[in-house]
Amino acid sequence: MRAGFVTKEVLNGLRRNITLTIAVVITVAISLSLLGVGLLANSQVRVMKDYWYDKIEVSIFLCGQLSDSPTCSGGPVTAEQRAQIESDLKTLPIVANVYYESQTEAFTRFKERFKGTALVDNVTADQLPESYRVKLKDPKQFAIVQSAFSGRPGIDSVQDQRTILDKFFKLLGVLRDGALAIGLISVLTAALLISNTLRIAAFNRRRETGVMRLVGASNFSIQLPFLLEGLISAIIGWGIATGILSALKSLVDARVAPLLTFTNFFGWADVWNASLLLLLTGLVVSAIASFLTLRKYLKV
Amino acid sequence: MIRCENVTKTYSKQDRPALDSVTLEVAKGEFVFLVGQSGSGKSTFLRLILREEKVTSGRMYVAGKDLSTLSQWKVPEFRRGIGTVFQDYRLLPNKTVSENVAFAMQIVGAAPKEIAREVPEVLELVGLDDYGHRMPAELSGGEQQRVAIARAFINKPQILIADEPTGNLDPTMSVGIMKLLDRINRTGTTVVMATHDDKIVDQMRKRVIELENGLVVRDQVRGIYGYSG
Repeated sequence: MRAGFVTKEVLNGLRRNITLTIAVVITVAISLSLLGVGLLANSQVRVMKDYWYDKIEVSIFLCGQLSDSPTCSGGPVTAEQRAQIESDLKTLPIVANVYYESQTEAFTRFKERFKGTALVDNVTADQLPESYRVKLKDPKQFAIVQSAFSGRPGIDSVQDQRTILDKFFKLLGVLRDGALAIGLISVLTAALLISNTLRIAAFNRRRETGVMRLVGASNFSIQLPFLLEGLISAIIGWGIATGILSALKSLVDARVAPLLTFTNFFGWADVWNASLLLLLTGLVVSAIASFLTLRKYLKV
Repeated sequence: MIRCENVTKTYSKQDRPALDSVTLEVAKGEFVFLVGQSGSGKSTFLRLILREEKVTSGRMYVAGKDLSTLSQWKVPEFRRGIGTVFQDYRLLPNKTVSENVAFAMQIVGAAPKEIAREVPEVLELVGLDDYGHRMPAELSGGEQQRVAIARAFINKPQILIADEPTGNLDPTMSVGIMKLLDRINRTGTTVVMATHDDKIVDQMRKRVIELENGLVVRDQVRGIYGYSG
């Protein structure tokens, strides 16, 4: 068949089934948007992890006057122990950088933090532990640092700030998974609607397809117009979904980001990546739904 | 053109075969009437020729193809060599007469130029020169059947299958359709026509094959309708 003829048949088909075409377009648009929100939620969690993990560090508290853990039974850390710890830390390949916080610095921070309370007056610098603030190249590798340093003489405790964040990210992860699940379910709904629509279209046009068969049209040429109708509806729906996601991104930039300054937000690249994935999803789902339906309802 | 060797067709849910060991041959350019009561096997025979059904046993050759071994994907190409006309015309109601006829050519990928040249020619052949822009619903039954014949004939098939083409028409219109089929037959096209119309069969004096309960009970060279069914 000629391209011009196929185009005309496809446009005719879309026009004749205009209400169903609109239903398919809207369903595809909504379901792809929901899936897109899930994908953007995923990006957002990633961005937040990058942002926060970049700021967190491992704290190695050294033994001080008040430390009572067994490793501190020998009294406050000696200069020798401290030098050893520092050089060990600096040779560890997973360590990005090491910052030494002296008792004086700790006291300054302490005063800052508890300004105006009675605590400040009762604490002196030599009561606070000195510590190493260690930034890891990959924050997940905390276990290596812990096994290397905890229990060593002169070290009171090894703390990972990540454990606090992890609870937060677990919650975010659940929300993201929920959004993705809703998106996938609605994509499935769209697939079923496309399948149903094509079934109705095939039934409505059984005269045409019957005649096509009689005059010797191949299976492929009988199914092609239907397949293209499904794909065109999916592409229009995808366009709308991309528009919705872009609007969402603009809204986040304009209204949400200025209020929530403690994190970064997903960028336009994330929107385009999600959009590309949605296009693929839309095309594949539509093609599979069409193929399965037409194979059943348009036999030679 | 059509050769059957012991062709039997049994539908899956029935015990009695719809066609029972039928052996016959239709030569190129012949005009054959297929008569018999409803349920005698006429429709099954036509469906087998079109390869809408497969034979249960026996061999069937149509237009040089062995239908029992013809693979499914070659069926459409095979059907392009056969024109079909039905009692209910089967025109597309939302296309004009010209578009209906052109449809058959578009399906097989003919060039628009070729279509523009041949559609008016074949419409002239069936006597509908000025009807190209009319819609099927505006035409009489006889005229609609002419359009259907034009569509069946436009790809120059070797065989034309007509399943009760005059079944819905009054006698005058029927005569016109038969003249047209006869003219098509004279161009060398083999015509197989199933019918209940005794007057037409008696008038045309062509070969008559009568089926009864899936068996060929009569095969007459210049036959008459011959039974009061």
